[in-house]
Amino acid sequence: MSFNIEERYTKMNKGEVLLAYKGSITAELITNVLGVVESKLDHVIDHSITKKKIYNILVESLQNLYHHVDDLPDRISDSMDIHFGIFVISKMDEMYDIRTGNFIKNDKIKKLKERLDKIKSLSKDELKELYKFVLNNQKFSDKGGGGLGLIDIARRTDGKVDYEFDTYDDEYSFFSLNITI
Amino acid sequence: MESISIEGTPKTPTVNFDATTGIIEVKGRSIPENSIEFYRPLVEWLEEYSKEPQKLTTVNIQLEYFNTSSSKCILDVFKKLETIKKARNEVVINWYYEEDDEDMLEAGEDYESIIRIPFKMIEVVD
Repeated sequence: MSFNIEERYTKMNKGEVLLAYKGSITAELITNVLGVVESKLDHVIDHSITKKKIYNILVESLQNLYHHVDDLPDRISDSMDIHFGIFVISKMDEMYDIRTGNFIKNDKIKKLKERLDKIKSLSKDELKELYKFVLNNQKFSDKGGGGLGLIDIARRTDGKVDYEFDTYDDEYSFFSLNITI
Repeated sequence: MESISIEGTPKTPTVNFDATTGIIEVKGRSIPENSIEFYRPLVEWLEEYSKEPQKLTTVNIQLEYFNTSSSKCILDVFKKLETIKKARNEVVINWYYEEDDEDMLEAGEDYESIIRIPFKMIEVVD
């Protein structure tokens, strides 16, 4: 098999790592991590607005991850976890990186890729218009997401969002999202 | 009509809705994974209040953080207020944001452009 989760995790642990996790993604975990990271940020960043920006994006990206860790089949969950995901928060050259990773069904890749490419191609004003349109017109999905998370992240970071898909097997791939603040 | 008074938590805001004074306040942070449950009773309260509102309804929104899941629910709250205003009642919305927090100011402007009530933007200086 060409894709190795350990290698991916190591690759994601770049820079000065503030926090790294791989395993089961639960609501309690996200709540605890947000608490821990917030107090860490209080120590390392003086500027309240920068801190707020990072925290906002962290909330959005971790909750996005939480909403998208679908039940995995036994062949994957046996060695990892049924709601397996990865996230790393690190600092490099005065920039902060938030990286998340989760499995995705291959048949969902096309749609997500198109969505990400579209969001990445939009200007600040176009993102604002798209955000307002989705806010006003789109209903909540059954996962509780509003379809606004990625748009919000792109707006706050001026589009500094990158992604990768690594094929895992016939049915699944691993989706990595890299946000730079 | 009973008032709503909810204490804030690390994930949910402090809420005070008072039908006798017409003062509606949401303060703190609103970042639950799924906001619908939290906001449903607030939207229902406003629905009831809109039947017999005060002549003047004053809305104070002072949020430190809110996630996109909350943003839709907050819009639902504003839409109820828009209905009250359309029925020829006065509605004043005060949108507070921390000094230099452009993102929060812009979030207020986004709402203002969707609903037809002017916002008063109030910068909070430490």
